[in-house]
Amino acid sequence: MNLTLKVWRQNGAEDKGRIVEYKMSDISPDMSFLEMMDVLNEELIEKGDEPVAFDHDCREGICGMCSMYINGEPHGPEDLITTCQLHMRSFKDGDTIYIEPWRAAAFPVIKDLVVDRTAFDAIIQVGGYVSVNTSGNTQDANSLPVPKADADKAFDAATCIGCGACVATCKNSSAMLFTSAKISHLALLPQGKVEAQERALNMVEKMDELGFGNCTNTGDCEVQCPKGISLENIALMNREFLSASIKSEK
Amino acid sequence: MTKFVDNIPEGPLADKWTKYKADAKLVNPANRRNIDVIVVGTGLAGGAAAASLGEMGFNVKAFCFQDSPRRAHSIAAQGGINAAKNYQNDGDSTYRLFYDTIKGGDYRSREANVYRLAEVSANIIDQCVAQGVPFAREYGGLLDNRSFGGVQVQRTFYAKGQTGQQLLIGAYQALSRQINKGTVTMYNRHEMMEIVKIDGKARGIIARNLITGEVERHSAHAVVVASGGYGNVFFLSTNAMGSNATAAWKSYKSGAHFANSCYVQIHPTCIPVTGDHQSKLTLMSESLRNDGRIWVPKKKEDSQAIAKGEKTALDIAEDDRDYYLERRYPAFGNLVPRDVASRAAKERCDAGFGVNKTGQAVFLDFADAIARFGKEGVAARYGNLFQMYEKITAENPYEMPMKIYPAIHYTMGGVWVDYNLQTAVPGLFAAGEANFSDHGANRLGASALMQGLADGYFVLPYTISNYLADDIRTGAISTEHAEFEKAEKNVQDRLDFFMDNKGSKTVDYFHKKLGKVMWEKCGMARNKQGLEEAIVEIKAIRDEFWKEVRVPGVQNSFNQELEKAGRVADFIELGDLMCRDALNREESCGGHFREEHQTAEGEAMRNDADYTYVAAWEYKGENETPELHKEDLKFENIELKQRSYK
Repeated sequence: MNLTLKVWRQNGAEDKGRIVEYKMSDISPDMSFLEMMDVLNEELIEKGDEPVAFDHDCREGICGMCSMYINGEPHGPEDLITTCQLHMRSFKDGDTIYIEPWRAAAFPVIKDLVVDRTAFDAIIQVGGYVSVNTSGNTQDANSLPVPKADADKAFDAATCIGCGACVATCKNSSAMLFTSAKISHLALLPQGKVEAQERALNMVEKMDELGFGNCTNTGDCEVQCPKGISLENIALMNREFLSASIKSEK
Repeated sequence: MTKFVDNIPEGPLADKWTKYKADAKLVNPANRRNIDVIVVGTGLAGGAAAASLGEMGFNVKAFCFQDSPRRAHSIAAQGGINAAKNYQNDGDSTYRLFYDTIKGGDYRSREANVYRLAEVSANIIDQCVAQGVPFAREYGGLLDNRSFGGVQVQRTFYAKGQTGQQLLIGAYQALSRQINKGTVTMYNRHEMMEIVKIDGKARGIIARNLITGEVERHSAHAVVVASGGYGNVFFLSTNAMGSNATAAWKSYKSGAHFANSCYVQIHPTCIPVTGDHQSKLTLMSESLRNDGRIWVPKKKEDSQAIAKGEKTALDIAEDDRDYYLERRYPAFGNLVPRDVASRAAKERCDAGFGVNKTGQAVFLDFADAIARFGKEGVAARYGNLFQMYEKITAENPYEMPMKIYPAIHYTMGGVWVDYNLQTAVPGLFAAGEANFSDHGANRLGASALMQGLADGYFVLPYTISNYLADDIRTGAISTEHAEFEKAEKNVQDRLDFFMDNKGSKTVDYFHKKLGKVMWEKCGMARNKQGLEEAIVEIKAIRDEFWKEVRVPGVQNSFNQELEKAGRVADFIELGDLMCRDALNREESCGGHFREEHQTAEGEAMRNDADYTYVAAWEYKGENETPELHKEDLKFENIELKQRSYK
């Protein structure tokens, strides 16, 4: 396959950035999208140019590190996959492909397609956990049965990989889907219920403080989420948040 | 030169750890906040250790090269985690898990370490459930189990095919809580470049900030290396692209021994290679072997027809299929340990029965499972794995058997540690896959997650406290010390070299070349001649690398090629050591198969008389031959037997 790539190049946070065009030839449809990027980078280095910086690690769709905005969609055209799971067979010979970084005020660009997502860590740090210390004396794992339906729902929410596609695709750059997935995961389990309301208050407050926008129920986050995290989580979060706000003495 | 002792406590096996904990020295809570501990790596071992040490009140600095501690490659573990809970009432016990692990490891691990691992395994499940890890449950609300290769009980806890993710997120959340409390300072996008030793003790690291390129000094009273395995020596493996051996290798070069590096696990169920562009291999969880049946055609002409696309698996009649694992190993069938399953696949493919165009693939067939549980039943168990397979190969595994082939997956060898998980350098600890300790020559499925969390949550907090009890009067370690200066200069010189060396070849060129030599000559099957050739070839790659490598860009910025260059330089040296270790070990055991040592049926032949030892290599200097130390393995509780899964 022959392709034209239009890639966002930005040399650091201060640089204005621009689209640069590259021609690619002999691309195999069996290649993954990132393998195609590897080929581009090898060619650039051999020419004496700087390769395109992009984040990637596990290349099997679970670490959440890869993050490319491809032809106007986070993680490209297919559903329920990350960029590293996208294969060139999803494109046609002669296609022009636009490749850009996640764009959100809370995710500043570090270089080219690499952005800083530490804001997500900061949201988890204010409450995305159960406050239990390591101990060899924790009660037996089966002492507290959890209804299978709750456990399964908690698992579904917990499969979020923290990639940031939800923020990237949202017109308000909202982190509601990410934040609510963690709030539901823990609120649905008896172990996490005790702190559920305080958790919701703290995480939502942090999310606002970090410059993520609000939710206007467009639902694009759910559509673009590589793990299919459900919008229902946002409803659950809003319920926890509202109930906590009423009770809160803050 | 430090002493080379295992520090295993006296007394009966089952009492050792209890006695150790009772006797261990402690650090008073008021003193803990004045003691610094560095943890390199935030996977299951590092993340759990950093969180637990932070909870105890130590002042922890945690480092990871990824953009968040949640990305560590533990996240990709799929199948499950073992624990001797005996919830299924099928005869499991601490002793049984201990026995299975020693046997699975082909009698090349330390009894005391493995027993401790089995002993704390049940605590891990309790701890994780308390953290809110959403394990799979039965309709009654209790935890579900599945079985895994190499054992006859159901002791594996799981969360669909994403167990590693869920456990890592659990550890990450515990770590995040401590970061919020201020007991842990997190350094994302930082790479550990050098160990700093003062008066023979590990007292800090030199790290590079991967965003600014700045070289930084960090001091501590103890350093934990939990940076994972070295599978990426082979270039193609199931490891993440960034997984590297640099922290472990720098530990070795600073005096910690590197043990059993030839023990590499080849995972039998990975998606086969499709072409030269391939950057990594994708694992399909071993749990698939619970319900999938592995086969190749009985007739070569059928295999050839499938490879050419003239036939598909569905055209091969039942009688013309060779379920070779069930045929060779009727007692364990498709659930034989990984090394046995991998070699059996290689044997069939080498004999010409492979089923894709490279000739290196076998079928993993779910037709029987779908007939038994229905498509929905299979989807509930393996849905996400089937989806992943289809995304990569564009074939639907509900309709067409999967094609699989073995790939490099896990490294049992690693930094040598004693019972305390302390290396030969005082104050330098190694945990998780980075150390060599618990899996012998072969790791059983679902035991990596168990070991990582055991080391991080339940072992290091005791053993590090025991070590640090002597450091309460030391005071803060100054980064102005001459040793920091020296270590920083080493790092700086190497970075300067890479930037100034205007070579003609990219880093990946060398990495791929190294990987090819390693896979062909130090891979699934090894022999003397091949290993000797490999050592010469690796030397040539190394010489060429230092002459011809080209690193673009600038040093003081985000520069991914510069990161890779340092890692590949270390992989090349480690590849050499692996070949030496494999050459030294004149026997076949676990993941190490020497063609000279096999039975008439092609099964591995151990040599217990001469090789019941840990091969721990000591660094002797640039271009010097490393020195071999032998730690004899004593089996007092288990009788050494030839492994049989027939």
